[in-house]
Amino acid sequence: MSTEVKTIPQELATPRTPDRSRERGNDRKQSTPQSWPSPGEGIKLPIYMDNHATTPMDPRVLEAMLPYFTEKFGNSASRNHPFGWVAEEGVEIAREQVAKLVGATPKEIIFTSGATESDNLAIKGVAEMYREKGNHIITAVTEHKAVLDTCKRLEKYGYRVTYLPVQKDGLVDLEQLKQAMDDKTILVTIMSANNEIGVLQPIAEIGKLCHERGVVFHTDATQSVGKVPIDVNKQNIDVMSISAHKMYGPKGVGAMYVRRKNPRVQVSAIIDGGGHERGMRSGTLNVPGIVGLGKACAICMEEMPQESCRLAGLRNQLRDNIMGRLDEVYINGSMEHRLPANLNISFAYVEGESLLMGINDIAVSSGSACTSATLEPSYVLKALGTGDDLAHSSIRFGIGRFNTEAEVDYVADRVVETVTRLRELSPLYEMAKEGIDLTQVKWAAE
Amino acid sequence: MSYSDKVLDHYSNPRNVGSLDKSSSEVGTGLVGAPECGDVMKLQIKVNPQTNVIEDAKFKTFGCGSAIASSSLATEWVKGKTVDEALQIKNTEIVKELSLPPVKIHCSVLAEDAIRAAIHDWKKKQAPVDELARAEAR
Repeated sequence: MSTEVKTIPQELATPRTPDRSRERGNDRKQSTPQSWPSPGEGIKLPIYMDNHATTPMDPRVLEAMLPYFTEKFGNSASRNHPFGWVAEEGVEIAREQVAKLVGATPKEIIFTSGATESDNLAIKGVAEMYREKGNHIITAVTEHKAVLDTCKRLEKYGYRVTYLPVQKDGLVDLEQLKQAMDDKTILVTIMSANNEIGVLQPIAEIGKLCHERGVVFHTDATQSVGKVPIDVNKQNIDVMSISAHKMYGPKGVGAMYVRRKNPRVQVSAIIDGGGHERGMRSGTLNVPGIVGLGKACAICMEEMPQESCRLAGLRNQLRDNIMGRLDEVYINGSMEHRLPANLNISFAYVEGESLLMGINDIAVSSGSACTSATLEPSYVLKALGTGDDLAHSSIRFGIGRFNTEAEVDYVADRVVETVTRLRELSPLYEMAKEGIDLTQVKWAAE
Repeated sequence: MSYSDKVLDHYSNPRNVGSLDKSSSEVGTGLVGAPECGDVMKLQIKVNPQTNVIEDAKFKTFGCGSAIASSSLATEWVKGKTVDEALQIKNTEIVKELSLPPVKIHCSVLAEDAIRAAIHDWKKKQAPVDELARAEAR
């Protein structure tokens, strides 16, 4: 196993050659080699700083998984031969590793194909199981689409859903949550950490409110497990979604935590079949993936205290380095209740997609409409009351395990230089400098 | 989103960036788009009063790479044309020149609007106000 953890595949490290098979002048490519300045010592381009989208797999995780593709290939449900036993042992070790990271017992962990499936299973499964008790579900407008779209589907089947607004800092208001609950409320689903702005919700308090009223509490903890301490008992969590690929594990595997006592929570299956995973999720287990998820959890368990401290340091360095050199830069969401490695900022007067184009040697995301499939700016930023103009100007930085201090400095330099250049090009910046109040201008939209 | 070479070129080396004196009677200014929509273009022309030829053009754009490229290209194309010739520039020609994908067609529309708005502003300055109002009423 190589100890070099920062290897970028050659095809990524080398800018693509234009496709000459297309019409002249019509060849498209993501980047030109000339546009990449020479980076400093020890920096390889492009730099990956989009770790909320996905993370590179930790080589230690790959190492743990490899035998389960080949010599340990058995079906963990095969009970009468050693091939099955060996696979099952791998799965059960992983189950313990996942449980330990979140303070659960192994029997409370169900393996799935990822957090989207876990969200679907948790919400639809609880909704079906508790249908006789009530039909009201509470969630928040800043949830991931895996939660929002699942809730929307349930509305078609006669469930009533309350979408709580969030405050300016991105946090839900506990008073509003309390007022939204009624005698038909069966489920509250509020994410632990937001995927765009990294804001951490008051999970323990929300769980407490739910338990006082006998309501099931589900949290989508895709972005937070392995990054900040999660304890299902201390935080009063009943059902929780977990993903492997956000914590340096493989894609296509995740887990769902389901509380077994105080109180016992039950979830109806949405995939029926051989009765795997205590009947909650049928289908032959993805043994290598599950082993990878377990190993990823074990590494996070071990390294989280130092790692989160290091990442928060890098994040603050990035923030200070950018904000110390540019005016009118705004942080989106609470800085206090936030994932250590998240920075989401808006650069006034500069459009996000054009900024991404200028820093094409760095992989980050934007809340600009131009970068989304729906051509709408980020609904999360809009929910915070960020104006559409600033939502278009937002960039999400997700610092990860393999980013270095030198990379952070390089990214800050490139951002400052590109924003400065684009502001020189921006009529809005010029107008603002002339003292024109942009909110008072009568804009002639096309 | 991937970009054509020409969009990348205009984005990296935008032509005619800057501002002209908007109070000058020879200068027409067009400001189109809106910040909430994610693109605003300011396009200015300086017209020779004797020949009606656009002698200079400048732009500033808030928007994506395609919006920047469309307005940069527009300034290149209007320069040296008479105002009437410049009014003939169609957004479809910009789409073709820059190989804009369908989701970016609105950038070219905005550039065409910017040219028209700048010319309209210049024409307003040339004609006495009541005469223009009569022309618009007809």
